[in-house]
Amino acid sequence: MIALLLRDLRLAVRAGGGFGLGLAFFAIIVIMTPFAVGPSPAGLAALAPGILWLAALLAVLLTLDRLFALDAEDGTLEQLALTLPLEAVVFAKSLSHWLTTGAVLALLGPLLGVLLSLPITGMVPLFLALLLGTPALSFIGAFGASLTVAVKRGGLLLSLLVLPLYIPTLIFGASVASRGAAGLDYTQPLALLSALSLACVAAMPFAAAAALRASLR
Amino acid sequence: MRSLWEYANPRLFMNWTGKALPLLWVLGLGLTALGLVWGFFFTGDDFRMGSTVKIIYIHVPAALMAINGYFLMFVAALIWLIRRQPVTALVGRAAAPVGLTMTVIGLLTGAIWGQPMWGTWWAWDPRLTSFLILALFYLGYIALWEAISDPELAADLTSMLAIVGSVFAVLSRYAARFWNQGLHQGTSVPVATGNRTVDDVFFIPLAISMVGFFFLFVAITLVRARTEVRARRVRVLEAKA
Repeated sequence: MIALLLRDLRLAVRAGGGFGLGLAFFAIIVIMTPFAVGPSPAGLAALAPGILWLAALLAVLLTLDRLFALDAEDGTLEQLALTLPLEAVVFAKSLSHWLTTGAVLALLGPLLGVLLSLPITGMVPLFLALLLGTPALSFIGAFGASLTVAVKRGGLLLSLLVLPLYIPTLIFGASVASRGAAGLDYTQPLALLSALSLACVAAMPFAAAAALRASLR
Repeated sequence: MRSLWEYANPRLFMNWTGKALPLLWVLGLGLTALGLVWGFFFTGDDFRMGSTVKIIYIHVPAALMAINGYFLMFVAALIWLIRRQPVTALVGRAAAPVGLTMTVIGLLTGAIWGQPMWGTWWAWDPRLTSFLILALFYLGYIALWEAISDPELAADLTSMLAIVGSVFAVLSRYAARFWNQGLHQGTSVPVATGNRTVDDVFFIPLAISMVGFFFLFVAITLVRARTEVRARRVRVLEAKA
């Protein structure tokens, strides 16, 4: 399982596995925002937590369709299923997905927040929200990706399936970030966000493994 | 006495639904028409809402069936995954577009009512938002059915989506309440407390219309499921030929 995790991490970083692309996508959405809504610092600061969360959501989504599709195509997934329980495979793959997108986005988010005039007080909450919220995105995304393994060119379908499932995470995550930026207490949404992430980490590998099993049958 | 499950056998299913459908159609169309005509023409205007109150006879039943339709899909998904009764998967598939239509009717009639009453077509109120989210879940479910050609696999995957989706749909509902306080009034017909805020004058035609919508929903869903069973038979025959 650890070997699989390391393999996926290596693939993501080395083989143009979308690692850099996802991050670049995140950055470019943030950079495009001022052109769309105007450069006034007050206006940008009001939008910053929401835009950063939305950009993170889309960056995660963009890298999801590679999660199982490539391994399913060349038969690697079937080989993996013979050696490991599929739940473990999903867990390792989701974890590596999170380490290469969510965790890095959490570090990058506050930096890009500067471009959107995010107040200094909002940096820590934004970091915490992204760090604790993106695991939910990766693990829910793994479920979505496992549903579309059997579909050729499932990218658009994947976003239609996964984005509605992201709504609670987005609500709590963006609420942590915006309350933090406004200097309010954000422990309650942060606790709810973490609970959501933990529940998804615990439950989603089982759902995704069941879907993969149906597709491999 | 037959076990209940045997009625989900495709041949028996076609048999009993064929017999039950005329009755369901009569009940559905008849009660809906009765409720609507009674509500539209034989009740007075509300003292605050004027004649816009009449939209309740479409809005509330449609909203009711929108939620129950999703619940039906959830139960059908469970039955399919546990007992693998082919007809249940088809019923789930047949119910989805009907439920989506009901959701859209609920949203549209709500907007038409909200414009004069709240002064806006749309507000990001938790109830409105959850309904919009419900529509998205319906869309995803339908899209997944359409995308997978192998019927067995499609039934498996859509069932899993329906189950996980139900959890997240409920979660979204409470998250939306956390996120924004509401504009929408509370339910007019609270089943649990029984403290109706609607007078009998409005309630009786409303209840008739709700029952009518229910039978209409069942009838349309069964017709769609029967069409699907027949379509599969045709496909099998074509494959043999």
